Amino acid sequence: MLARARHFLLILLLAAAAPASAQTLERQVTHFPEKLEIGISTDEISITSDFRGADLTIFGAIDGFDANLLAQGKYNIIVTLEGPKDNATVRKKERVFGIWVNTQSMTFELVPEAYSLSSTRDIATIAPPRDIANMGIGVDHMRLVPLGFFGDGSNLGEFRNAFRRIREQNGVYQRDPGGVQFISSSLFKASVRLPANVPNGVHIVRAYLFRDGLFVAAKALPLRVIKTGLEQAITRAAHEQPVIYGLFAVTLAVITGWGASLLFRKD
Amino acid sequence: MTVYLPIAELSVNIFIILGMGAAVGFLSGMFGVGGGFLITPLLIFYNIPPVVAVATGANQVVASSISGAITHFRRGTIDVKLGTVLLGGGLVGASVGVWLFSILRRMGQLDLTISLLYVVLLGSVGGLMLWESIGAMRKAAKNLPTALRRPGQHIWIHGLPMKMRFKKSKIYLSVIPVAALGFFIGMLTSIMGVGGGFIMVPAMIYLLRIPTSVVVGTSLFQIVFVSAYTVIVQASTNYTVDIVLAFVLMIAGVIGAQYGVRVGQRLRGEQLRALLALLVLAVGIRLAVELVIPPEDIYSVVSAGFGY
Repeated sequence: MLARARHFLLILLLAAAAPASAQTLERQVTHFPEKLEIGISTDEISITSDFRGADLTIFGAIDGFDANLLAQGKYNIIVTLEGPKDNATVRKKERVFGIWVNTQSMTFELVPEAYSLSSTRDIATIAPPRDIANMGIGVDHMRLVPLGFFGDGSNLGEFRNAFRRIREQNGVYQRDPGGVQFISSSLFKASVRLPANVPNGVHIVRAYLFRDGLFVAAKALPLRVIKTGLEQAITRAAHEQPVIYGLFAVTLAVITGWGASLLFRKD
Repeated sequence: MTVYLPIAELSVNIFIILGMGAAVGFLSGMFGVGGGFLITPLLIFYNIPPVVAVATGANQVVASSISGAITHFRRGTIDVKLGTVLLGGGLVGASVGVWLFSILRRMGQLDLTISLLYVVLLGSVGGLMLWESIGAMRKAAKNLPTALRRPGQHIWIHGLPMKMRFKKSKIYLSVIPVAALGFFIGMLTSIMGVGGGFIMVPAMIYLLRIPTSVVVGTSLFQIVFVSAYTVIVQASTNYTVDIVLAFVLMIAGVIGAQYGVRVGQRLRGEQLRALLALLVLAVGIRLAVELVIPPEDIYSVVSAGFGY
């Protein structure tokens, strides 16, 4: 029971993911000599008008490794990129009087809007599935808690599965077992793909180090995804000055319509 | 070439949007309609979220109606008094519509409501227009006179209280049916992103008996103001007006309209109406089919951004 509680604490710390909590985490697992360091190629991704997705490269190093274990390939790394969180509603359609209507819905509380996972190999073979699940690594183990849900829970599974499947189909949830490669004895490189429909906000890059099936250390870094230039100005105006934005949209329409009639007038 | 739509939050091919705008502009110029009833479904078919499609469609209607409204104003074919009563009803209707829009969106029934309204309205208006124009074409073929149908001079509408004199239209009419018509059209503008001319013009002619000479101008007058108001209210309550999408559509639309007008002038009235009717029916049927056939995926996911 105690071990379980500690595990839960660990997950909470991971979820908090600020650099400060990452340090606390390191202190907790001092009985392992290995340390994990990571760095990302950029800490800011800009969405411009021709944005079609981006590749993010994460570099990392294992300090204080055991050369024997390394040679045997006993070190494994999982790198995740988790997007900003928001509530998400899954709706199910049913045929009512011949037409398809949304009849049931379930809202999951604060789920990441994007999630990419890269690893040295299939995560199921890196550590016991129960440990991976407890740490909440991977789309299959993502915490999907229904908001204000009082039903019998019989359909919880189908809604969770539908949610994961649709997010994976949209490309916002993805996995790449083999996306993490060792480039020298203890240096590794992970590439994570950001889809074209990547949400704005602060994403968190997390790296987990496993030694022979045991969790050793984790590190987290923030990555900001922002709309730039005109796109950002438009989004900000639309949300911060909506009335002026609306008036501007109308003015633009009036000028366009009127201008065209002047331009094309025959007489 | 792709362009990122900041409000719809997705990348689209700019040439497809330009093509859509130009095609709808061409048709709207040819038939003398605003084109909102074509642009909104087309955007939805192209995976633009319906909430964005509707609000942006209303913005496109402003651009496509303004030049017509100005022309009619110069010619003096707008009954401003009648238009103002229509507009009063329209503004209230648009406000109620935006409110309903938000509620339906929260309930997850907005897309269905938009599709159902389109199917019902396009189906019935298209059907009636087709029926009427085929009849007119048959008569023309038999060399019969093609007088506009003007059944019985008085119906119940003309017995309503609160009558008002509309000098320009030369009618003495209760303000209730006028404001009610404006209200109904205003609601359609904010829920469906249409100007509503395709319903308002026949309603004014056949129900209110307003002389045809002022009908089009007066309806355009009310459409410009109600859709402009809808854009502002949608922008400030639902944040769903995508100015980039709207701008690309309207640039292509106004240019397409100029060519459409030229083609339209060469066609006969009843042929034009029959073609428009077929077009309206086709869009309606396409949407109806979508409602009936089993969806690819019975589940859908919306994140809070667009879900609420």
